[in-house]
Amino acid sequence: MDLHFGNARPSSAEKRAIDAVLGTPRTRWDGGKRGPATDGHAAQGGHEDRKHRHLLLPALHAAQDRVGWISEGALTYVCRRLTVPPAEAYGVATFYGMFSLEPRAANVAHVCDDVVCRMRGAEALCAQLQAALGPAGGKDGKAGSGWVRSPCLGLCEQAPAALLTRAGERASQTSLGRATAEGVTSGLAASALAEPAPPTAPRLPQFGEPGLRLLRRIGHIGPTSLDDYRAQGGYQALRRAVQLGPEGVLREVVDSKLVGRGGAAYPTGRKWEAVAKAPVRPHYLVCNADESEPGTFKDRILLEQDPFAVIEAMTLAGYATGSEQGYVYVRGEYPLAAQRLAGAVAAARTRGFLGHDVMGQRFRFDVEVRRGAGAYICGEETALFNSIEGYRGEPRNKPPFPTVAGLFGKPTVVNNVETLVNVLDVVLEAGPVYAATGTSGSTGTKLFCVSGHVARPGLYEVPFGTTLAALLDLAGGVREGRRLRTVLLGGSAGSFVTPEDLEVPLTFEGTRAIGASLGSGGVVVLDDSVDLWDVVLRIAAFFRDESCGQCVPCRVGTVRQEEALHRLARGQPVGSKQDEVQLLAEIAQAMRDASICGLGHTAGGAAASAISRLGLLNEGRS
Amino acid sequence: LRKGARLFAVDPRRTSSAQWADGWLGLDVGSDIALANAVGREIIASGLANQAFVERATTGFEAYRKTVERYTLEAGERLTGVPKAMIQKLAHEYARAERAMLCWTLGITEHHNAVDNVLALINLALITGHVGRYGSGLNPLRGQNNVQGGGDMGAIPNKYPGFQDVEDGVARAKFEQAWKARLPPRRGFHLTQMFEAMERGDLTALYVIGENPAQSEADMHRAVRLLEGLEHLVVQDIFLTKTAQMADVVLPAAASWCETEGTVTSSERRVQRVRKALLPPGEAREDTKVLCDLARRLGHDWGEPTSEGIWNELRALSPMHAGMSYERLEALGGIQWPCPDESHPGSLFLHGRLWEVPVRGPLAPLTAVEHDPPVDALDDDYPIRLTTGRRLDSYNTGVQTAGYTSPLRRGETLDLSPEDARTYGLAEGERVRVVSRRGAVLVDVRQDPGLRPGLAFMTLHFPDDVATNLLTIDAADPKSGTAEFKATAIRIEKVQAA
Repeated sequence: MDLHFGNARPSSAEKRAIDAVLGTPRTRWDGGKRGPATDGHAAQGGHEDRKHRHLLLPALHAAQDRVGWISEGALTYVCRRLTVPPAEAYGVATFYGMFSLEPRAANVAHVCDDVVCRMRGAEALCAQLQAALGPAGGKDGKAGSGWVRSPCLGLCEQAPAALLTRAGERASQTSLGRATAEGVTSGLAASALAEPAPPTAPRLPQFGEPGLRLLRRIGHIGPTSLDDYRAQGGYQALRRAVQLGPEGVLREVVDSKLVGRGGAAYPTGRKWEAVAKAPVRPHYLVCNADESEPGTFKDRILLEQDPFAVIEAMTLAGYATGSEQGYVYVRGEYPLAAQRLAGAVAAARTRGFLGHDVMGQRFRFDVEVRRGAGAYICGEETALFNSIEGYRGEPRNKPPFPTVAGLFGKPTVVNNVETLVNVLDVVLEAGPVYAATGTSGSTGTKLFCVSGHVARPGLYEVPFGTTLAALLDLAGGVREGRRLRTVLLGGSAGSFVTPEDLEVPLTFEGTRAIGASLGSGGVVVLDDSVDLWDVVLRIAAFFRDESCGQCVPCRVGTVRQEEALHRLARGQPVGSKQDEVQLLAEIAQAMRDASICGLGHTAGGAAASAISRLGLLNEGRS
Repeated sequence: LRKGARLFAVDPRRTSSAQWADGWLGLDVGSDIALANAVGREIIASGLANQAFVERATTGFEAYRKTVERYTLEAGERLTGVPKAMIQKLAHEYARAERAMLCWTLGITEHHNAVDNVLALINLALITGHVGRYGSGLNPLRGQNNVQGGGDMGAIPNKYPGFQDVEDGVARAKFEQAWKARLPPRRGFHLTQMFEAMERGDLTALYVIGENPAQSEADMHRAVRLLEGLEHLVVQDIFLTKTAQMADVVLPAAASWCETEGTVTSSERRVQRVRKALLPPGEAREDTKVLCDLARRLGHDWGEPTSEGIWNELRALSPMHAGMSYERLEALGGIQWPCPDESHPGSLFLHGRLWEVPVRGPLAPLTAVEHDPPVDALDDDYPIRLTTGRRLDSYNTGVQTAGYTSPLRRGETLDLSPEDARTYGLAEGERVRVVSRRGAVLVDVRQDPGLRPGLAFMTLHFPDDVATNLLTIDAADPKSGTAEFKATAIRIEKVQAA
C-alpha cells in the first residue's frame, strides 16, 4: 500500500493532543517543521516508526477526544508519525463505531436503542431527542450538541441508557442510566463536565447478603482506594500465589475446573498451562474487558467497583504464565471502567504491586489499559489483538490459537474479566475447595445480568446449578399482572427460551441440553407485553451492523437475514412463510459453516429460536 | 518489510520507497561513487569486511583499499551531503546483515560514469560477501517486463543470444553454421554510437523496433535533427510514435503481451511464457513474421517458424536456455537461467561458485573507481540541479500511457523545494522558463516538500507538452552508452505575464 499523504494538516489543538500520545516529532519527515538542511539529506524511520503502530487507536482517540471527530488533517498527521498508509488508517478508523470521520458536534449523546433499552422506552427517548436536538447523526444540533443511536451500552439494569461524550481540552465521557430527554440535554448543555458526573450507582439487589464471592467487596470498599482493597483481603491471593510458585498456581487453577466466563467456557487452567510452557517469548496476558454482548453488564460492574481485583488477578495470571506485560482492553462505551482501571494501575504501580519488582518478589509485571472504540466484534479474542495492534478488529483464522500466536504474534493468555476475578478465590481457597461449589461440569459461582421486564433488574451472583426460575425469583419475577413470555439467554448471540424451560439448571451443560447457552450471562426477561418482532428485528439489525465484513457468508448473510425477517414481519414473504424460514435456516447454516468466528456462528440463533420456540410467525406486530 | 526486512533508500529525492525505509540517504546527484566508497572504507576500517571471502574469491582488494582510504566519513559527507552518521549506519548495517541485497535502477546508470557507479556497488558486495548466496546479491531492477529478455536474446550490439561474444571466433562460427550466414566479426553500435555515426554521416538508414528515440534521447533538438537527416527511416511499433511519424516506412506490429506467442524474462532471470489472447488489429503483424518476410526479400528464406520453433533454435544455441522447453516453462511456471539441461531446476541465484573451495573459474575483481561529479556543472548561471525520472502513473515518453487517464496524473511540472519556490518568488502553478546550457522549456512550478533547496525534478512523460530532454545533456558513459539524464544544470526564469 502506498504512503500517499494528502496535504491536509491538523489544527494545533489536534496536533498537541496527538503528540501527547506519540511524543513530539523529530524531523520534518514525521510531521515536524522543516528544520535544518541536513534533514534534506537523511532521515530515519521505517521499523523504528512502524513499531508504534499499536498506538494508532490511542492516537485516534486523542484526536477525537480533542475536537469531537477525526479530521483528515489529524488522520494524515497520525499516519505520518506512524508510517501508516492513510488509506489503511482510514480503514481502521472507520471500522470503529464511536469514531467519526465526519464533522460532529463536540458534545454527543450516544443513546442506546438496543434490545433491553427499547423495552424500557428508548424509542420514546429518541423521539424526544429528535425534537430537542434535531435528527440523529451527531451533527451539531443546538448549542454544540448532537446525538446518535448506539448499540447496547451495558447499562441494561438502568435502561434506558445513554453515554455522553464531550470533546475538548479536558474531554470526558459519562454514562447515564435511567436516561430522560431532559437528563440528556441538560447533561450535554452543562458548561463542562470538568469532573465526570457521579455515575449512576449499579444495582446490586443482593448487596449485604452472605455467600457473595465475586461481588463481596462491591459497595463495601471505595473503588479507587488500594488501601480499602487491601483491608478487604486484597493482594492476599497474589501473596499466596508467590508461595505456591507458578507451577503451584497452575495446578490450583486446573484443579478448580474453572472455565472461561466470556461465553466459550474453555478451561482456564489448560489455557494458562499452554502459555506457561510456550518456548517463544515474550508472553502476554490480555484481559478481555470488551463486554459488548447486548444484555450483559457484569464485567462493567466488576471493573468499575472492584478494579484492583482485576489488576491483582491479572498480575497473578502474569506470574503463573510468565507474562510480563498485560493489557486490559475496555470497550469504548465504559468510560468509568477505563478511568478506574487506569487509576488502579497507577496506584498499584506506585505501591510496587506492578512494575519491575512486584511486591519485592522479583518478578516483573505491568498493565496497560486500552480503550476500544465501539466494535462488538472486538470481544472476539483475536479481533481484540488486532485492535490493540492498531488494525481493524477483524478476527484471525485459528489455528494458530492465542496460546501459540496471540498478541503481537506471541503466546498469549486472554481471559474475560469475570474469569480472572474467580482466580483470586481459586488460589486463596485451593482448587478442589473452589470446585466444590456449583456442579461437576460448571464449578464456582456465576454472575447473571438480569434485565428487562423484572421487578429488580440487576447483577446477581448464584452458584452454578441454580435454576432459571430461582434466578427470576431473586429478581422479583415479572411485573404485577403480567405473564412471562420468554427469556433471552446469553444476549443477542444466545437464544430465546420459554416459560416451560424455567427449571433448567444454569450450567453450561444444562443450558446446552435444552439447545440454549449461558453465553456471557445475559438474562433478558420479556413479559407478554413485548413486541417480539421489534426485539428480533433489532437483533438482526445489530448483527448486520456489527459483522466485521471479513467473511462473506456473515457479511452478506446478516443482511439477507434481516431482509427476510422484515419481509416476514410485514407479512410479505417471497414465496410462502415456510420458504422464508427455510431461507433463514440456510443462511444461518452458511454463516455457521463458513465464518471464522463466533459472530457468524451465532448470528442466526436468536431469530431461529424465536421462530421455532415462540411461534414468532404467528405474532402480529403491535 | 512487513516481515522485518530493513530497507535503506539512497536517492536524492525523498521517494515513496524512502518513506518506508529505515534509513534514507538523500545524496547529492552524481555522488554515488563517493557514497559507495565511503561506505566501503568504513566497512574496512571497522573490521567488518569479510576477509576470508575477499582473500579466497576476489582480486584487487589492496588497490581498492588504497583508493577508498581517502573517502573518510567526513569526505563522504562533504561530497554527498549526507550526514556522516548516516553513512556509517548504512555501512555497518549492510556489512553486519545476515543477508543483504543492493538493488538499483536508472539513478545509478543514467550517468556519464554509469559503469563506474555499478562497479562501486559491486565492490561493496564483494568486500562483504553479499553475493552468490540466497537472499544476497546485486539486483539491477528493470523498468520493463522484458528488458532482461531483450539482452538475453542478443538484442545488444556485442553479444549473441545467451551473452556469447560476437568477437569470439568460436561463438561466431557456431552461430554462422546454425544461421547459414556470414556474421559481422565486430560488435555493432550502441544507441549513443548510432547517433554519433549519424552525425558523422556513417549511418544513413535506421530500422527502429519498439523505441521512440525522437523523444527519449537526451538533447532532443539534436536527436530529431539527426533522425530527420537520415536517408531512410523504418519504424516498427504498435503505436504511431513521434519517431514513426518521421519514418519513411511504418510497419504496424502486434502487441507482444497479448497478440503473440513467446516468452519474456524478468529481472530475476525467470523466463515465462506469453500467450496469444487476441488477433492483432488491422494490418498489424507479429514481429517475427515481419522479420521473416523482410529476410526473405533480402534473400534469406527462414520459412514460417512458430514461436516454439524459434525458441527451440535458441535453446540449441544458448547453453543457459538449453533446458527450458515450452513444456517445462509451462509446468514450472517459468525457469530462471542458467538452465543447461532438461533435468536442471533453474538457478535461484548467480555466482554461487565464488563460495566453492577452491573457487571454480576466475576470481571476482574489485575495481577501484573514483568520484567524478556530473559533467553539467553548476555555476552562477545554472545554479540548480535538475534530475529527471518517472512517476507511477506514466511510462517513459507516454507512448503507452498517454492514451488513458489516471487520477494520479497531473502533467509535467517543475518540482521545487518550498524553500526554492520562496527564494525565487514562485507561486504554485506559476509558469516559468527552465533553461539549461542546451535548451529551454516552459513549465509550471509545483512545490514538493520531498525536495531540498537546489534540487529540482521533472519527468520525461509529456514530451509533446514539455520536452524535458531539450534540457538534458547527452554526455554518455563511453562503456554503456547511456546519457547523463540524471544530472542537468538549470536556471529558472520568471515568465512575464502576457
